[in-house]
Amino acid sequence: MTADSMGTTETVLSVRGLKVDFTTPDGDVNAVKGIDLDVKPGETLAVVGESGSGKSQTMMGIMGLLANNGRVAGSAKYRGKELIGLPLKGLNEVRGSKITMIFQEPMTSLDPLYTIGRQIAEPLVHHKGMTFKQAKVRVLELLKLVGIPEPERRMNSYPHEMSGGQRQRVMIAMALANEPDLLIADEPTTALDVTIQAQILDLLRSLQQRFGMAVVLITHDLGIVKHFADRVVVMRRGEVVEKGTIKDIFEEPKEDYTKMLLASEPSGSKEPPADTAPIILEGRNVAVDFAIGGGFFFGSNAVFRAVDGVSVRLKRGQTIGIVGESGSGKSTLGRALLRLLPSSGHYHFGDKNISNFDRSAMRPLRKELQLVFQDPYGSLSPRQTVGEIITEGLRIHEPQLSRADRDKRAVAALKEVGLDPAARNRYPHEFSGGQRQRIAIARAMILKPKVVILDEPTSALDRSVQGQVIELLRDLQEKHGLSYIFISHDLAVIKAMSDYVIVMKNGKIVEEGATGDIFEQPHQAYTKTLMAAAFDLE
Amino acid sequence: MTDMTDIPTTVIPPEESKGRSLFQLGVLRFRRNRAAMTGCVILLFITIFSFFGPYFISHTYDQVFPSYVTAPPSLEPLPRAETLGDVMEGVASRARVELREFNVEGNTFTATIHSDQPIDPRSTRYFDRANEFDNTQVTATEEDGRTLKLTGEVHREYFPFGTDANGRDMLARVMLGGQISLAVGFLASLVSLAVGVTYGAISGYIGGRIDNVMMRLVEILYSLPFVFLVVVLVVFFGRSFILIFLVIGAVEWLDMARIVRGQTLALKRREFIGAAQALGLTDWQIIRRHIIPNTIGPVIVFVTVVVPKVILLESFLSFLGLGVQAPLTSWGALISEGANKMQSAPWLLIFPAIFFVVTLFSLNFIGDGLRDALDPKDR
Repeated sequence: MTADSMGTTETVLSVRGLKVDFTTPDGDVNAVKGIDLDVKPGETLAVVGESGSGKSQTMMGIMGLLANNGRVAGSAKYRGKELIGLPLKGLNEVRGSKITMIFQEPMTSLDPLYTIGRQIAEPLVHHKGMTFKQAKVRVLELLKLVGIPEPERRMNSYPHEMSGGQRQRVMIAMALANEPDLLIADEPTTALDVTIQAQILDLLRSLQQRFGMAVVLITHDLGIVKHFADRVVVMRRGEVVEKGTIKDIFEEPKEDYTKMLLASEPSGSKEPPADTAPIILEGRNVAVDFAIGGGFFFGSNAVFRAVDGVSVRLKRGQTIGIVGESGSGKSTLGRALLRLLPSSGHYHFGDKNISNFDRSAMRPLRKELQLVFQDPYGSLSPRQTVGEIITEGLRIHEPQLSRADRDKRAVAALKEVGLDPAARNRYPHEFSGGQRQRIAIARAMILKPKVVILDEPTSALDRSVQGQVIELLRDLQEKHGLSYIFISHDLAVIKAMSDYVIVMKNGKIVEEGATGDIFEQPHQAYTKTLMAAAFDLE
Repeated sequence: MTDMTDIPTTVIPPEESKGRSLFQLGVLRFRRNRAAMTGCVILLFITIFSFFGPYFISHTYDQVFPSYVTAPPSLEPLPRAETLGDVMEGVASRARVELREFNVEGNTFTATIHSDQPIDPRSTRYFDRANEFDNTQVTATEEDGRTLKLTGEVHREYFPFGTDANGRDMLARVMLGGQISLAVGFLASLVSLAVGVTYGAISGYIGGRIDNVMMRLVEILYSLPFVFLVVVLVVFFGRSFILIFLVIGAVEWLDMARIVRGQTLALKRREFIGAAQALGLTDWQIIRRHIIPNTIGPVIVFVTVVVPKVILLESFLSFLGLGVQAPLTSWGALISEGANKMQSAPWLLIFPAIFFVVTLFSLNFIGDGLRDALDPKDR
């Protein structure tokens, strides 16, 4: 924390009246409507806002990285040098050298064709005029700095050989290569697991202290902001709502919007169902194998066991939360329980043994067993209207319904999830993330299922929207006596939604028990790490 | 879409209940593309010209004018006034009479013929036989039938595109060639579209061993030389118009199947396919309702590339003499004939080539426009 630098008049980045517009077929969209910002040396400024608030576009505009139909106006000065309107050559002297950026998606922001050593050396070669050979020493140093094990060997690795967390470290190493004055981190940890998120943030903080650079942290996660930033700028719809120090914003927020953001952490808890409640879905010794490789003539022999002998019993009205990091097999388990994947084990639905049911035998049961997906952008077919999407299940399972009847059901289902029934003639791309997730929920609920598996239904949503979706899911559960299996990596959401928790790692159950017990007295070391990473930050 | 929040009531205006599909958005973007719209208009004009043009000209494509073999293109009617005298001389000498007087006034002519013997009035037939004259009648008989006064109509023909080596009107032939080339282009593309999309979607969606077998089959067909395939089919089934569709369709669907398969492999991983499986849709329902509609963007763009390619292929076949048969013709066949007489009668090459090139350009501009309009990056 470099609070003393607040007093100095020098600013690293000074933004005045910055506007970003996008030309679209429906007229101009004003993504950023004239904002002012100052970043002082060595400080961390957090830019907070929900998706679509223009926080990323502000930085993209300054860095000259807007999409083709974007325009930027106003002023952004780096140590007194105007960046807006600078020709590409002049801009490149600053960007990648004095101001660097790390992006959200470590999977796609590295070029898969080059070794990471070469990619880190790239900015050194371009800005410092080193040869690739000379840069090698510095690359090793940087890899050590960002905590990559065995840097000599790793510098010859390709991005696909590294995990998400390691790739993000490589991105950071690239950004640090030229010892920048200002590092812009655009949601640097959003795509990472909680434990890795904590490591990356610690790394960023220690590096910042070492180099004395300023950091602009763009995020929607207030937990990170509170522990990491010195000052906060809250943005909404392209405008600055409020700015101030961490203390001001978190303790005495002035604007209603800021208060709303702060209060949108998921809360509440769920009572477990009565002990006498019947078991509705059970999977015993569930195991799922994925074949690796294999060709046309030879079957594959390598096998990856994604889920390894897990047993789950879901009672009527119960919500089981399944927690785990990416790759722990939690989503695979969810699909295996619905018999959507080839898997071994014993499965019972109600009093039916469905262990040996094949796809066509399962088909009539699909009505009762529904699935809601994580990505509200990917789970709705872009070429169908909302009405077609949500009534598709009815056409399969209740073919006797007339078109008018189906329409009536669609209206009812949309009303139930809190959407205007007029939405059924529109297309998914016209809706926001939260609305799309409501549509996905309506698609599952219209069939009046008994069991719904929710696979990270809130992970892609903003916190405030998350709260609304959780409320909706709770209401629906109460009204229809549904049983949920709630899969998530987000412990706060799991805590609010479920009455029983299963912690998974590498396809196995690490720990399970009632929500209260798991969260208050975790027994296993892994569960403790998870809890620490998730809640100590917040 | 940036200022959408999650308060549903404020976002959806209740009075506007119709949404715009991605396709409609694409159409909007396409309309803004001037080059592509120009291409559309030109293509429309060429289509109207080819299919409705023949109703507005008096010649048919197989009508032979022996008097006007390889006549150069001209806006003047044929025969020209100064040549009519020579023509009449020729006719008279064929009828073994002597031409004493010949006059043309407007569309009628008067002639006086003389012979040493009385002339049979039926010899006026000789005059009608020439393309230039019609309705020849005897108006007066003098000198005991040794001198006849004739009157008749001068038949004037317009050949704005000239005529070919057999004396057929090039305008009519270019129109016919357009009909056949465009029909082959669009129908063979539709055949390849239907077969390729279905095949590719099934192969990609089912995957695994079936995909392997289906794609190897495609590769085997790929490896057969195209001309060889055509020659074999022509030998077995004889030449026919249908065969051209079949042969071209049989080759072109391979590309389409590969493209659609690639798209399908990417789509298969999308969550809405998973959602459809969870709803209990059968494989065929998923392919029909979810896979195929979502491949439509790249497929439409590819079709606009296939159409010119097919027209070129048909030209190539016709050029080799394996395509449509005379008196039918296509642009390709016309160009091939024209190329042989490029020096003596360049108009035989120029007119079909102009139409061909303009059509291909239009299709390419339309293809570019569609690609831009349906490009998901722009969404």
